Amino acid sequence: MEKINRPYRVLVGKPGLDGHDRGAKFIARALRDEGFEVIYTGIRRTPDEIAAAAIQEDVAAIGLSSLSGAHLKLFPEVVKALERRGVTDIPVIGGGVIPEDDIPTLIAAGLTEIFTPGTPADTIINAFAEACRKHFAAQGDNH
Amino acid sequence: MKTDTPFTDWQENELAKSISRFPERREKFTTHGGAEVQRLAVPEEIDNKYLTELGFPGKYPYTRGVQPTMYRGRLWTMRQYAGFSTAAESNKRYRYLLDQGTTGLSVAFDLPTQIGYDSDDAISSGEVGKVGVAIDTMADMETLFSEIPLDKISTSMTINSPAIVLLAMYVAVAEKQGVSADKLRGTIQNDVLKEYIARGTYIFPPRPSLRLITNIFQWCSSNTPSFNTISISGYHIREAGSTAAQEVAFTLANGMTYVQTALDAGLELDVFARRLAFFFNAHNNLLEEVAKFRAARRMWAKIMQDHFGATNPASKMLRFHTQTAGASLTAQQVNNNIVRVTIQALAAVLGGTQSLHTNSRDEALSLPTEESVRIALRTQQIIAHESGVADTIDPFAGSYYIEELTNRIEAEAEDLIAKIEDKGGVVACIEDGFIQRQIENAAYEYQKDIESKDRIIVGVNEFMIEEDQKPELLRVKPEVEEAQVANLRRVKQERNNELVAKRLSELRQCAGTDQNLMEPILAAVRSYASLGEICKELRSVFGEYRD
Repeated sequence: MEKINRPYRVLVGKPGLDGHDRGAKFIARALRDEGFEVIYTGIRRTPDEIAAAAIQEDVAAIGLSSLSGAHLKLFPEVVKALERRGVTDIPVIGGGVIPEDDIPTLIAAGLTEIFTPGTPADTIINAFAEACRKHFAAQGDNH
Repeated sequence: MKTDTPFTDWQENELAKSISRFPERREKFTTHGGAEVQRLAVPEEIDNKYLTELGFPGKYPYTRGVQPTMYRGRLWTMRQYAGFSTAAESNKRYRYLLDQGTTGLSVAFDLPTQIGYDSDDAISSGEVGKVGVAIDTMADMETLFSEIPLDKISTSMTINSPAIVLLAMYVAVAEKQGVSADKLRGTIQNDVLKEYIARGTYIFPPRPSLRLITNIFQWCSSNTPSFNTISISGYHIREAGSTAAQEVAFTLANGMTYVQTALDAGLELDVFARRLAFFFNAHNNLLEEVAKFRAARRMWAKIMQDHFGATNPASKMLRFHTQTAGASLTAQQVNNNIVRVTIQALAAVLGGTQSLHTNSRDEALSLPTEESVRIALRTQQIIAHESGVADTIDPFAGSYYIEELTNRIEAEAEDLIAKIEDKGGVVACIEDGFIQRQIENAAYEYQKDIESKDRIIVGVNEFMIEEDQKPELLRVKPEVEEAQVANLRRVKQERNNELVAKRLSELRQCAGTDQNLMEPILAAVRSYASLGEICKELRSVFGEYRD
């Protein structure tokens, strides 16, 4: 990936009740290794808590991970929770055990991208970088 | 023929006694050519080193297995973890599995149940019935086991922080079926330490959680003598990315913590220790996994004898359930997972497991379909009846490589346990994150190896194909949540709410003392108090744990 001037700040969140955080933690660490600043929420956060943390921490993008099958409900709720707070320029990326068929629904609900098991880390890191660039472009900031 | 050797001594005593009580599956096990299969291969010279490091099956230090005849006597229990959506749906799946020849049930609960929330709690939204069955009150438990006689089957329940409540519901349902508690066989997972470490369904802080566990040990030792009161689990530690040696070390360290806590509460070692069971992962590296199981067995025997002074042989036996490694399954080319599961299941059997769950090929995508579950069960049946590995005992013993690996895993795990003790024990190491960090580092290195192709995962980073045919998936319908919530409302309307309130307030009072909570919880569930209501009372007294 291309060099970034100052670190992009992103949030990795685990909405819902499942404790499978191996993937979320790996992505958080892989992003840090690439120079991102990463806030990891820990497990069992509500969509509201995640949206509030993202705004408070002034992140450029959010990554969500779910392995319990609750993604169709929880991922769109994070997008809505951001909107309720007047925020529409923080891209939200999703990942986890998510059936192919659910991806169009999630994209239609405002998720930028969805990654399923086996996706190379580089692909995910690039998606975060792209999401951050989009965020700053939306803000008109020459980052 | 040699006489008066330790081998003949074992044959004439432990083995003969075992066979007279439980005859082997066949009078004679033979190969395809008709030659007799040797029960137990031993070295020509049985020296002290052999006796102290390996010994005979069913004899200290149990490296070669916990029973004298192992699978020649009885095959392992084929126990498939299942449960989803509503109690009625899960009941149907259980009855299907029993019809297909499964020999034990294993109940998966949904996440709200595992974390002590009712289905109508706001926080449960989206999760009801997803990864397991939703249980709110005893009424759901009655439906779950409808037409399944609880004195005829053994039931394993994957429940931890609120284990005491679900156990109480199980006992109460049995009562209603006319089955007394002493007839119940099964296991509750009840291992809360690994929830803080790896699995995440904690509710209360460690100390009150340990008290609930000890309450269960105590109540069960006099009421349900055939029920395993805990399943000390390395499975989830491994799933979170630990190494094989870490899996053994952290699991046994947790086990030691439970034993010490129970001793501190005044329980008698040789009474509760025989009901401790273990639960391990079976990963892809067949030889390392076989060595791991053997090392764990030997270590626990030594720990119980030398560290805790156990005298009853049953207290020193590490009996374990195994599940194949969920994290090893790939979403790509799902049928390859059948092969992975076969290798892993073989490792568990060659390692001497007492029961086994084989994962289904499609679990990296969603809950398994009925067909996938059947293939997973058939995998075990093929190993049991066709592969021949169940006809002889601990066939890898004496292999230079396996014995060396067994010793190495033991040494590495012992070092880690010593480190944990130096740092003040498991609870202190959880609180300061030492154990979690070890696992995270191992998981990170493993994934890095995959990313760099230092480690090949077939179909993921090598031998990939374009797949356009999507496998059929099982989906839990969103209506399940509404149905379950409606169900709960109805129960709450129909029950005697005055009695419920009384039982809940009695429970809260007891929780503040050092009384055993099993009886007050039993009384509460019999009144159809819900899991969420009971846990709310306990939360108000014990507080909640935050990561």
